[in-house]
Amino acid sequence: MSQFLEQLLNALVIGSFYALVALGYSMVYGIIRLINFAHGDLYMLGAFFGYSALLLLGRISLGSGVTGVLLAMLIAMGMTGGLGVLVERVAYRPLRGAPRIIPLITALGMSLFLENAVMVFKPWGASFRVYPVTLGRAGFDLFGVHIGYAHLAIFAMALFLMVGLHLFVERSTYGKAMRAVAFDLEAAQLMGINANRMISLGFFLGSIMAAAAGVMAGLYYGQINFLMGFIVGLKAFTASVLGGIGNLPGAMVGGMLLGVLEVFGTSSVGGQWKDVFAFGALILILVFKPTGLLGERTAGRM
Amino acid sequence: MAMLELSGIHTFYGAIEALKGISLKVEEGEVVALLGSNGAGKSTTLRTVSGLLRPRQGEVRFQGQPIAGLPPDEIVRLGIVQVPEGRRIFGPLTVEENLEMGAFLARGQKARIQEDMARVYDMFPRLKERRRQLAGTLSGGEQQMLAVGRALMARPRLLMLDEPSMGLAPNLVQFIMQTVREINQQGVTVLVVEQNARSALRLATRAYVMETGRITLEGPAAELARNEQVVAAYLGGGR
Repeated sequence: MSQFLEQLLNALVIGSFYALVALGYSMVYGIIRLINFAHGDLYMLGAFFGYSALLLLGRISLGSGVTGVLLAMLIAMGMTGGLGVLVERVAYRPLRGAPRIIPLITALGMSLFLENAVMVFKPWGASFRVYPVTLGRAGFDLFGVHIGYAHLAIFAMALFLMVGLHLFVERSTYGKAMRAVAFDLEAAQLMGINANRMISLGFFLGSIMAAAAGVMAGLYYGQINFLMGFIVGLKAFTASVLGGIGNLPGAMVGGMLLGVLEVFGTSSVGGQWKDVFAFGALILILVFKPTGLLGERTAGRM
Repeated sequence: MAMLELSGIHTFYGAIEALKGISLKVEEGEVVALLGSNGAGKSTTLRTVSGLLRPRQGEVRFQGQPIAGLPPDEIVRLGIVQVPEGRRIFGPLTVEENLEMGAFLARGQKARIQEDMARVYDMFPRLKERRRQLAGTLSGGEQQMLAVGRALMARPRLLMLDEPSMGLAPNLVQFIMQTVREINQQGVTVLVVEQNARSALRLATRAYVMETGRITLEGPAAELARNEQVVAAYLGGGR
């Protein structure tokens, strides 16, 4: 029982990261049918922006407390959001209307570009960076298991962001306009909706979710590296396919499910099998239910 | 000055010249019909006006102002709104949300949106009954009503309808045409594209006939309805 609880909490935290990153994959796919393979690198960049923000905030002695962490997260989200919009603007928009394979290859190129740019950027570099803030061990005991407040806070924050995004997309005028563009870009334009702006908004929202996950991952694992987005990106892509790509609740469910699968899978057969579970799940879902778990239930693509 | 004026428009799809020098005029308050068979270039003409396509040559003027090359949302802002062929309503959004999207440029102006929505529901009570329903579940006729209502939410000065009667039962065609007439009587200028020439000529004041990217005939609707060529080609001639 105690082991189970501990694993469950880990699964929820890791699943939150996958889910937050998966949202961006799904949202971008929903709007412009592009699998943005550079998306995992935005998660990595979010972690690095958070790292630098924490260092800077540390100099004005704001860096360690809850306020500092939240502030750093906001800064990282803003920077990464802007960067995501920029990536779309320079790399994908000029290819709108081109055969789909072309922006896909561009996305792979963008991914390599971002990774290598971080690697050669002096303050960040190629080696592992230790996150300036580590999570406190404070918490409480439940059935003999130590539950860290920090872990709960990560999960709660992820949940808060996901619910916020969901409400925005479902209820706000801009969210509805984004869904309208996703469903029928031309018809949306005929209603006076600036499709390019909605596409930018999709990239912005996806990127800030990834950045939040990146900062939280930095805090959780304690170290970051310019390649950290690669595997997480693939896993989050798996999660979005698992839930039904283009479907936002599906991406959240898929991410959580993948976290659970991975943590419980590896705890029973060993850590070296970790990636086998995730990508095995991808293959199974593609073979048996390519629309994903929630892929058919909704009429729309978002 | 005409409300809408196209002069010498050439529009291409890749290497294919779909419009080969179209010139036409729509005066304020008119209902103008654009007739012709499949592939004549009627939809291309509307898509060129609404900014979905950019003409390679020629000019589009709206109230004297050149608009060719403006993005579609700017053109909607000027008061030109198109009801696209095949309705193209937003299936995963509710009926009410579809109407809200029609008023996208007026977002935030709650009173105006409420007022316009009430007017649309007045015109199409069926939509009011189904306001919370996903638009994708509506019948074809209801979807056409929604497409027209959604366009009205943008407060058009020039309403362009692309095949509004397509796939509808005769009594629904009549209802839609009657509604378009009412909309016109409320001061909205109308440009309607139709393959159903009979009902379009009944509705319109003037009409143009298109063939393979060119305008071949034009004149008052009543006159065209008696024209032998038109009768033979589009009105099931000989009868």
